[in-house]
Amino acid sequence: MGVDVQVEQLNAWFGKTQALRDINLKMLANHATAIIGPSGCGKSTFVRCINRMHETVPEARVDGHIRIGELNVYNGTSATQVRRQIGMVFQKPNPFPTMSIYDNVAAGLKLNGFRDRRRLDEIVERSLSMAALWDEVKDALRKQSGASLSGGQQQRLCIARALAVEPEVLLMDEPCSALDPISTSKIEELIFQLKQRYTIVIVTHNMQQASRVAEYTGFFLLGNLIEFDKTEKIFTNPSDKRTEDYITGRFG
Amino acid sequence: MATQADRADLRVSLRRRGIDLLSTLAAGGAVVLVLLPLCAVFGYLIYSGIGSLNWAFLTQTPKPVGEAGGGMANAIAGSVLILLIASILGVPVGIGAGIYLAEYARGRFGDIIRFTADILNGVPSIVIGIVAYGIVVLRQRHFSALAGGVALAIMMVPTITRATEEMLLLVPTTVREAAYGLGVSRWRTTLSITLRTATSGVITGVMLAFARIAGETAPLLFTAFGNTYWNWNVNQPTAALPLQIFVYAISPFDEWHRQAWAGALVLIVLIVISVSAVRIAAGRGMLKGTS
Repeated sequence: MGVDVQVEQLNAWFGKTQALRDINLKMLANHATAIIGPSGCGKSTFVRCINRMHETVPEARVDGHIRIGELNVYNGTSATQVRRQIGMVFQKPNPFPTMSIYDNVAAGLKLNGFRDRRRLDEIVERSLSMAALWDEVKDALRKQSGASLSGGQQQRLCIARALAVEPEVLLMDEPCSALDPISTSKIEELIFQLKQRYTIVIVTHNMQQASRVAEYTGFFLLGNLIEFDKTEKIFTNPSDKRTEDYITGRFG
Repeated sequence: MATQADRADLRVSLRRRGIDLLSTLAAGGAVVLVLLPLCAVFGYLIYSGIGSLNWAFLTQTPKPVGEAGGGMANAIAGSVLILLIASILGVPVGIGAGIYLAEYARGRFGDIIRFTADILNGVPSIVIGIVAYGIVVLRQRHFSALAGGVALAIMMVPTITRATEEMLLLVPTTVREAAYGLGVSRWRTTLSITLRTATSGVITGVMLAFARIAGETAPLLFTAFGNTYWNWNVNQPTAALPLQIFVYAISPFDEWHRQAWAGALVLIVLIVISVSAVRIAAGRGMLKGTS
């Protein structure tokens, strides 16, 4: 089951440049929250702070509190522990190129020392099924490399890989921006299924996508969270002028 | 009717095709220039060496001057032994240093290591022989296969280090991030994901270094020293093909000259076989669609 993600007073920097300013936000369990905003507004940085990926960049710095259920992300927990509870799907599909489809999905468990092969088989099948990829790849699991799949299949493979470690939260950083419309609609359907069980945070450039998949939407601009509300409200009756300008296409 | 614009188009396309043809020819010519010396060397080796190459050459130790026959079996074995020692010592250090440079070194310290490796790459091999003489032979008080192995290992390290670093840096950040995102620790990611993704490139680097040291003579002159008998003891002076070739080639005897050619041929064939074997072994287990 998903858990709430609570962000308090989050600030983030790249070197001397501040990328996020005083972000306060609560993302609800079993809902999808969309993060929208123009390029460079801090959307990606924001989700990368949630699973502590931001700090893997040289000279990057974070300050503030994030709680995922009971887990305090920036206090008393190691980054690897945090990341095991949070799945992440990236902008460009990034399967491990030398691994088979099976090994790609099993990677998170295997590399963390999980050895029970029968359980692994089950988890791989279940994760691929949840990612709506099982039927397409079940005959080539060990024979084909993950990189041999099409772009859309690769992205679903990456989703399966993220689900295999049984996270509570799923972060998606523009998961469809490299995909064609058919693959995009498959992933969107998938998000609908997945939010029954996970807390989903999805960064997107596509406002239609935000309105289709997310109950809540946050609008970021220049590192500030301008407005956060029900998706419907953001798109039909935003309270901030800048949000309105953005969604009506006046800039960005 | 051809208008002026049409004619201009035709001129452009002719010019393009001309340039295309020229560049193709130039590239093809360069390939021939690269392959020509290789084929010439190999062909001449076969021509000069094949006559003295026989079963005895591969199975017997050298005969005293004046006696016909005999072979370089002990030198072949010695070379295998010394190269094995060199690889065991040099490959892990080289790959380890490469990993450090690519994944962990930041700033000045990394630059210093990189610079040192490049300098070491350019140090004359005889100097490296002297170093190995100083640190192994003088301490042991006698020449040995181990000393030869150490000298060759020192020569291997910088090549492997730089090749490993380059290959690891080619692995996209997104692949590392995928692993971090799964909660995989940094060292585990480096070994199981980054290094594995770069394996074929790293192997190329290792084989390049191996092929280079396999033919080295100078560093062995006062380390492995040479031996006219069988020796499998790493602490004893040991024969090696390049040494044997050197000694035979500068001798005044025709029979030895012929054997030196045969030895050179065997050396080249051994290098080709070992490099291909490693490539084939590494190629196994690769999956469909792996680039």
